[in-house]
Amino acid sequence: MLSHVGAAAAPEQQQTERRNPGGTFDAAWVDAQRVNRSAVERRVATLAGRRTVKKQWQAAWLLRAIQTIDLTTLAGDDTPGNVQRLCQKALHPVRTDLMEALGVPAGSIQAGAVCVYHALVADAVAALHGSSLPVAAVSTGFPAGQTPQPLKLREIEASVAAGAREIDIVISRRLVLTADWVALHAEVASFRQACGTAHMKTIIATGDLGTLANVSRASMVCMLGGADFIKTSTGKEATNATLAVSLVMLRAIREYHEQTGCRVGFKPAGGIRTARHALDWLILVKEELGDAWLQPHLLRLGASALLTDIERQLEHHVTGSYSAAFRHPMG
Amino acid sequence: MSVAEILETMDYGPAPEAAGPANAWLDAHQRRFGLFIKGEFTAPGTTFESVNPATGAPIARITQASSADVDAAVAAARRAFRPWAQLSGHARARYLYAIARRIQRHSRLFSVLETLDNGKPIRETRDIDVPLMVRHFYHHAGWAQVRDTALPGFEPLGVAGQIIPWNFPLLMLAWKIAPALAAGNTVVLKPAEWTSLTALLFAEICRDAGLPPGVVNIITGDGKVGELIVNHKGVDKIAFTGSTDVGRRIRSATAGSGKRLSLELGGKSPFVVFDTADLDSVVEGIVDAIWFNQGQVCCAGSRLLVQESVADKLLNRLRARMDKLRVGDPLDKSVDIGAIIAPKQLEKIQQLVEQGRSEGATLWQPAWACPKDGYFYPPTLLTDVAPASTVAQVEIFGPVLVSMTFRTPAEAIALANNTRYGLAASVWSEDINVALDAARQIKAGVVWVNCTNQFDAASGFGGYRESGFGREGGKEGLYEYLKPVAAAALVAAPARKAAARKLAAAGGSLPDVDRTPKLFIGGKQVRPDSGYSRTVLDARGKALGEVGAGNRKDIRNAVEAARAADKWAGTSAHARAQILYYLAENLDTRAAEFAQRIGAMTGDARSAAAEVQAAVERLFVFAAWADKYDGAVHHTPQRNVTLAMPEAVGTLALICPDELPLLGLVTLIAPAIAQGNTVIAVPSELHPLASTDFYQVLETSDVPAGVINIVTGARAELAEVLAAHMDVDGLWYFGPQSGRAAVERASCSNLKQLWAGGAHNSNLWQCDAQEFLRHATQIKNIWVPYGA
Repeated sequence: MLSHVGAAAAPEQQQTERRNPGGTFDAAWVDAQRVNRSAVERRVATLAGRRTVKKQWQAAWLLRAIQTIDLTTLAGDDTPGNVQRLCQKALHPVRTDLMEALGVPAGSIQAGAVCVYHALVADAVAALHGSSLPVAAVSTGFPAGQTPQPLKLREIEASVAAGAREIDIVISRRLVLTADWVALHAEVASFRQACGTAHMKTIIATGDLGTLANVSRASMVCMLGGADFIKTSTGKEATNATLAVSLVMLRAIREYHEQTGCRVGFKPAGGIRTARHALDWLILVKEELGDAWLQPHLLRLGASALLTDIERQLEHHVTGSYSAAFRHPMG
Repeated sequence: MSVAEILETMDYGPAPEAAGPANAWLDAHQRRFGLFIKGEFTAPGTTFESVNPATGAPIARITQASSADVDAAVAAARRAFRPWAQLSGHARARYLYAIARRIQRHSRLFSVLETLDNGKPIRETRDIDVPLMVRHFYHHAGWAQVRDTALPGFEPLGVAGQIIPWNFPLLMLAWKIAPALAAGNTVVLKPAEWTSLTALLFAEICRDAGLPPGVVNIITGDGKVGELIVNHKGVDKIAFTGSTDVGRRIRSATAGSGKRLSLELGGKSPFVVFDTADLDSVVEGIVDAIWFNQGQVCCAGSRLLVQESVADKLLNRLRARMDKLRVGDPLDKSVDIGAIIAPKQLEKIQQLVEQGRSEGATLWQPAWACPKDGYFYPPTLLTDVAPASTVAQVEIFGPVLVSMTFRTPAEAIALANNTRYGLAASVWSEDINVALDAARQIKAGVVWVNCTNQFDAASGFGGYRESGFGREGGKEGLYEYLKPVAAAALVAAPARKAAARKLAAAGGSLPDVDRTPKLFIGGKQVRPDSGYSRTVLDARGKALGEVGAGNRKDIRNAVEAARAADKWAGTSAHARAQILYYLAENLDTRAAEFAQRIGAMTGDARSAAAEVQAAVERLFVFAAWADKYDGAVHHTPQRNVTLAMPEAVGTLALICPDELPLLGLVTLIAPAIAQGNTVIAVPSELHPLASTDFYQVLETSDVPAGVINIVTGARAELAEVLAAHMDVDGLWYFGPQSGRAAVERASCSNLKQLWAGGAHNSNLWQCDAQEFLRHATQIKNIWVPYGA
């Protein structure tokens, strides 16, 4: 494993972080959730004007953003070839000359994980062999989750067997929309059991849930079901990660931590394309949850195009000139 | 700090906004400023320092205006008034539009200069003050355009003297100047002496926009200059925003001068959190309520009232949030709280917090320290506070929140209203029933439901109680700069001398049955406390009867009866209309009797009959309006409904004119009770018998006890007691001009709303119903955001 800069991803810290064991279902957790949409939107709208990072601070924050990226490809035409290319990019996300100019050892910064469909897990694991970088598999009938429950469990087990250390599951949205919280809790708990030692990110698909109150309730139930991360979206819904739904989920994580002492991770995904966006999310997490969560083991940004924009901004920081996409190696 | 190191700490680092252009502007003026009079800058005169509160360093010198300067500014505004008022609305709209555009084009210069001068964070000047200021000028460009059609029958007042505070120098300037100009007035404005620079930059904008000289004059200086403006004979209107103490002095100084007055004063606004609230959003709401502009906000939500069952949870989250607030260089884009305006203010805050602690409050402040240069104070939470604590009652005007708990919604409302102020309130609950119930019952000019410190040009802002009177913004604000076109005055009734001290017999063999008109208090006819009566004379000076000589104790009893009847405001408008119609019906039944009585008193039998019919019709008019004088839903840009609801003022004292003894009484009572006020009327001193006869009409018309109280006696004496009474919310003075000054002076006790009738005062044959209804109500703006 490569030496890492910063407190980020320090493996010992990851190991000392107690995994969320979940708990028995209690309707009080759901009933207590109240969300005022206008107030939530005002908070995220004004936060951009309240906090910013400039100069070397911005460069450092962008490097941290890279460390939290789940570099993702989830397409019907994925092959071992493009997945291997993505894995190389995850291991070497920024050009060596830029890293040197930033005063950070080349090779010390790598992405958070590579995220693929089950069929490509083995190829990704092979491509990342010898590194600490985990492979994440989307699972349980991703993206819609409308496959039989036994198949979902077998899909998780198959991906874990193929070497995936992280499993991104999707919840059955109908259980939220029909307020069947007991069933949702049981579903998530069963997925968690199937994951075993692999970490489970539960995708609640906020774009399908209708209200922010549902986002909050679903977040709570997933954490009670044993989620290691809660994740906004598959990237395939009409609306994906927004700052508003993220704020609601972060507040649910904070409350869960207050009540149980467990830190659950957060992963916004879908639509995060620019460096500016990435900073917005980092700032939101720092403000609402604190520095403890600004770590790859508690924060991931699900993205594919984001990295290129960050590289351009880093080059601009180094040279003072605006950069171009083609100057940075493809993933 | 290196990138690698920052990657360890993940700190924000500095992000300063450049001050270069603002400093260049100051340098271009040699950092010395004169006054802006008649479209030009005067040479700097006697100057004083303007200091950057974030550093304590002087940044410019400002002129202390002399008495001659004030004369010159008022004269310039006076000369400019007629031509400006006679310009078409469209032409005035073009000027206001140009001002809005030019401010927008130089918005960052305004923002940075405001931050340098005031110490508030650049985030606020850039994202809040300046955009709201621009919006205000745009919105009022619209009012200038449509004034003649939207407000027919009104004309501008003349020269407006405007005095603004240091906490929102630009925004308060906009709130004052934009409506004044839109309505057709000219202005002399004095910014606060600590924060004059942006007003001077604004003066340049006016000059460059080609605004006719004299329409806007900006003169700088301390409170002495303000006093010169307030007392200047050439000023028709005073608009003041500032402390309640100074507001009271202005009320007193302008008493009897005939100057129109609007006051936007202090507050101790409640921030009410129910157990059904989104507590995380509440925490952010509190940040916006009390740590906005360092808490130096008249409508700051400085009194946290939280339901006991969620208090610990909320306060724990609040403390965690306070730890994350950033105090420091206000030019830094990542700073939440800037500098306190001046050492004097800082000391006042420190002293009040100390007093709070000595009275038993528990203090909590974040662990981090404030910068040592400049005048900074950390966000502060005081718990273990009771309504009896000093810090729960007085306005601290700093980043200090006091917290108390309540058990039930009713107790929340009682605590919220347990203050002499009534500027704003914030109510938090996801339960619409609980939230709107509280919004309706809290006595405040603005109520924010699930939000706080929301402002917009389309919505009125202003207080109840000692938070002042008048509104700024919206149509309700425009009236503060307009008056109804005057009607011709009636000839004042002559004073009379008593002829023979002998009650007139009807001339027959039997004497009249003796009648004893008493006072009408709490639905009953009661004898005057004094045990004295006053003789009523007829037109020839002969004694016509006697009425009770009411005194201050009768007034006290009448006010208590009126206050006890305040359920009246909650009666449906339909029911109030029914009672007014019934009054009309019963009055009409006795029309001949009333006409005879009035004729006997005034000696004018013909107009007496007409007067009774006019009184009947007037009751019909206000019965009709009772359920039709609606509010509005303002078009504020936020996603919400902003409900502008007319509410009863409360307990109104009605000082009736001598002339038109019945019509005068009815014209004042009818609109007041139609809108839900309870009243204490002092009838015509000269001809009170029409009023005392009216008792029987009241008694037969289902008027609930205490809604209408009538106290006869010496008008000037009774009016002064009413004006000084702290539980009377408003007073309409329709007596002779000579008595006005005393009433206005006495009203300083609780800064009650006064109306001297304007164009209506001297001729109640005419009655602009809307004008009466407007004064019978005050607008409460309730902001209700929505979103699933």
